[in-house]
Amino acid sequence: MSKPVKAVGLLSGGLDSTIAAAMLMRQGIEIQGLTFYTGFCVVEHNRRSKTRKRKKPVRNEALQAGARLDLPVEMIDISGPDYLKVLTDPKYGYGKTVNPCIDCRIFMFRRARQYMDEIGAQFMFTGEVLGQRPMSQRRQPMNVIDRDAELDGLLLRPLSAKRLPPTVAEEKGWVDREKLGDIQGRSRQKQMELAEEYGIEDYPSPAGGCCYLTDANFGRRILDFFEYEGKENLTMDDVMLLKIGRHFRVKPDVKVVMGREEGENKFLERYAPGRWRLETKDVTGPTTLVEGHPTDDDLRQIAGMTVRYAGSKADPGTPVACRYEETERILEPAPVEEAVVEEWRI
Amino acid sequence: MIQPVLTLDTYGLLCPVPIMKTAAAIKEISAGEVLEVLADDPQILEDMPAWCASNGHALLDTIEEDEEFRLYVRRVK
Repeated sequence: MSKPVKAVGLLSGGLDSTIAAAMLMRQGIEIQGLTFYTGFCVVEHNRRSKTRKRKKPVRNEALQAGARLDLPVEMIDISGPDYLKVLTDPKYGYGKTVNPCIDCRIFMFRRARQYMDEIGAQFMFTGEVLGQRPMSQRRQPMNVIDRDAELDGLLLRPLSAKRLPPTVAEEKGWVDREKLGDIQGRSRQKQMELAEEYGIEDYPSPAGGCCYLTDANFGRRILDFFEYEGKENLTMDDVMLLKIGRHFRVKPDVKVVMGREEGENKFLERYAPGRWRLETKDVTGPTTLVEGHPTDDDLRQIAGMTVRYAGSKADPGTPVACRYEETERILEPAPVEEAVVEEWRI
Repeated sequence: MIQPVLTLDTYGLLCPVPIMKTAAAIKEISAGEVLEVLADDPQILEDMPAWCASNGHALLDTIEEDEEFRLYVRRVK
């Protein structure tokens, strides 16, 4: 018996990539799932930063899809300086916010191609659908991505294959093109029908917006960082903080990050070393981190803002503990006007 | 009594990092041997069973004490 053809599938665990994997498994292809950790996934961030008090657990969908389809999943960490360069200096620019989708795809596909060669797979595939997303899933950008990632025709997009030129997998007869999809556009109706046909019931609702880089609020914060701190100085720790809480630019060299709930406060505690940390005493309130070099007056105003967000139980003048490493000061700040807060808000 | 041959300490790390470290550590033991994973991120209770199921390893036991977890994974293949 001949050895089955092996393919690497980029698996997010969403409906499309799950269906694409199932479609190829039905053709006898041996599949190795692959998922990337970028540090920009909204779901992962929510898993990390929110409290445990939720009705439904937030799951790693790629792992869940692997378990559901009985296929192995490799997770590769691509967060780091090389990936950040994609964000700070994208060759093909940004979409509506600071989303460098084309450059991101090229980066991921290059890494996937490398992994494909490492494990001896013959081709790779994604759950991409032609015309589904405005920046990276149109025909012309897809061609650019395939060319720049040096895929040499080895990337199959099973859901839209009949609308695209044949790939190596089809030309060599590893997969039957006639049994692949001809899906195009944003509707998920055909995918849902296929899910029913394949017996796939438990999949996340198709929502999109799973990447912080497409989020307008996050985009504003990134651009603020580029302007005041310099994009060449961006690190993954900065990215982690940009994703969380409320953000205020008090002065060009003083920025405030404030937790909005218990889970975010706990998350921020991990980043307290090397920063001022402010918390209301005696009443529950936000954890506030201060980046930069605040003066005494700055700290007093930031303490006032911390009281403001502590809610109705905190009266003006509620004491605020300000800590920096081993130093602690207690301030009883005056209230900060809403107009000032709004002026600072990023 | 489960007898791990290797212990992986992921205290302070948040998922999916403990899972990626587990995937690397499991390659250091032989089929049939057991890896002990120490963790304090509760998300591992969701991720480890799924990772084991998808990659064909056996999650033998999970022990929770004071919001810390010890998970025992047998390498199957």
